[in-house]
Amino acid sequence: MRFALFPPTSSPSLRTCSERDNMLRLYATVAAGGFRRHATYRVATLAGLFTNTVFGFVLSYTYLALWAERPDLGGYSSSDALAYVWIGQALLTVCGLMGGGFEDELIERIRTGDIAVDLHRPVDLQSWWCAANAGRCAYQLAGRGAVPLLIGALAFRFTLPDGPAGWAAFLFAVALGSFVSFALWYLVAMSAFWLLDGQGVVQAAWLTGLFFSGMLLPLNVFPGALGELAHALPWAALLQVPADVYLGRYGEGWGLVRAYGFQLGWLAVLLAAGRAAQSAATRKVVVQGG
Amino acid sequence: MPLIELDGLEKTFTVRRKTGLLRRERREVRAVDGISFTVDRGEMVGYIGPNGAGKSTTVKMLTGILTPSGGRLRVAGIDPARERTRLARRVGVVFGQRTTLWWDLPLRDSYRLTHRMYRIPDDRYEENLARCVELLDLGDLLDVPVRQLSLGQRMRGDIAAALLHDPEVLYLDEPTIGLDVVSKARVRGFLRELNAERGTTVLLTTHDLTDIEQLCSRVMVIDHGRLVYDGGLAGLHEAGDGERMLVVDLARELPPITDVPGARFVRADGPRQHLAFPASASAAPLVAAVAEAYPLVDLSVREPDIESVIAKMYGGAAGELTGGPGSP
Repeated sequence: MRFALFPPTSSPSLRTCSERDNMLRLYATVAAGGFRRHATYRVATLAGLFTNTVFGFVLSYTYLALWAERPDLGGYSSSDALAYVWIGQALLTVCGLMGGGFEDELIERIRTGDIAVDLHRPVDLQSWWCAANAGRCAYQLAGRGAVPLLIGALAFRFTLPDGPAGWAAFLFAVALGSFVSFALWYLVAMSAFWLLDGQGVVQAAWLTGLFFSGMLLPLNVFPGALGELAHALPWAALLQVPADVYLGRYGEGWGLVRAYGFQLGWLAVLLAAGRAAQSAATRKVVVQGG
Repeated sequence: MPLIELDGLEKTFTVRRKTGLLRRERREVRAVDGISFTVDRGEMVGYIGPNGAGKSTTVKMLTGILTPSGGRLRVAGIDPARERTRLARRVGVVFGQRTTLWWDLPLRDSYRLTHRMYRIPDDRYEENLARCVELLDLGDLLDVPVRQLSLGQRMRGDIAAALLHDPEVLYLDEPTIGLDVVSKARVRGFLRELNAERGTTVLLTTHDLTDIEQLCSRVMVIDHGRLVYDGGLAGLHEAGDGERMLVVDLARELPPITDVPGARFVRADGPRQHLAFPASASAAPLVAAVAEAYPLVDLSVREPDIESVIAKMYGGAAGELTGGPGSP
């Protein structure tokens, strides 16, 4: 008994179209799975939410003290600075400011050799993880992002975006930021193919990200050349750019396009680097275990 | 045309070893050292050998996950390393010690994903799923998160996932490892039926000789990256000069039993003595002879295990052995 493995397709153009549809549906399914996987752990979400809120308050009072001493520091009013704090808390897991949220799992799969299962699928590894991570980000934004931002806004009455258009512009920047974060952490995870224990690289990336994403202090505050460097590095795309879009500092026209362009530019470069690392790894490197 | 063709396949790994503070030694390990064989459509072949023999490395090359260092390899006419994705649509893989299922989500979600991933037509998907659910008894498990499944349940779930897209070839890397007797029997029954009804070609690596005995008419033995036997299961014992072991417990510690014809003294642990005899010979006259001359308390006969057969085979013949029924 045999079955047709390749169902006949009527015309090439139709096939290309359904090919794309199939791809989109597949990645939508992967993303939905990523979303639901994280939604399974409600207590973890609540604990994370609590932590984000507590840290939001701690940082808020620290920033208030700083801005009382140095008003208009980095061009931010104290109300802007408070908004910045809570945006940071909201994006902490969405834009992977202190770890991408997926790289530990990926590194572990590489280390144990479970990656063999992933590599066997008729799907590109990077796209697969990217889709799964997009699902995770969507869940984190809803589960751990929105609530702290709301609590912060109620407690401190900080700057809000300029109407629905302002919110939409901000959300788009956040989406781009989350993809840049994915591309960065994916590259970090690829190192595990060579190093096996990725912890050293992860920690270096964690520390660099903490500083250069503006998680501790807005990059605007960094003086001179350091500030310029920080603004040019990919980590700026994760928090600083979305926050400045939120605060309306790019305006609405070309300024905004430039901000998105900056994010997209780094996204393209990092995705390409990740892809190069991936193909080098799958070509040369040992897949662990029996 | 054979479905799987290997011709002088090689895989070499470079291993770096620290030999001093800054000095490192590079050493080449030949995990697969020139293997050639072909498998025809509809065959069910056992691929066995001790740990580290190169079994999994071969399977990884067959799926395209690893690129061969040398030799030629074709599966369904496709070069796996170059067209891994295209090949993946036509083969199924079960890695016994790993899972392709979504750990945190119900089994059903992983199948839905497989449906999309392999672009299985809806009716075919429904039909295959229903069939797997029935034969592998997955009905009550579909809505259970994979992390809550037992090992046997998870393995059945994984096998179903590997078959939903009607693969022409199924690679099974230790599919019964860690399973209890009932689960093993169910998995074997399913595989037998799959092979008989659908003509799916199956390549099975295992440490469990019973898997081979019950499923495969042909067995290939690999050791140190080389094919040391390719043929029927029956021929394996002969080729390996298989011996069985008669273990006798005597009433007290006595000198080695060397005067029983047909038996060879191996060792003694106190009153227990181990006697080897040819696998083809009957144990009965031996037992009678021992019981007549010695104070016999208890006895058992041990079948040769595959590892020792293989070890012997490799020690005895450095080259390749071919023989027995079923060899190509």
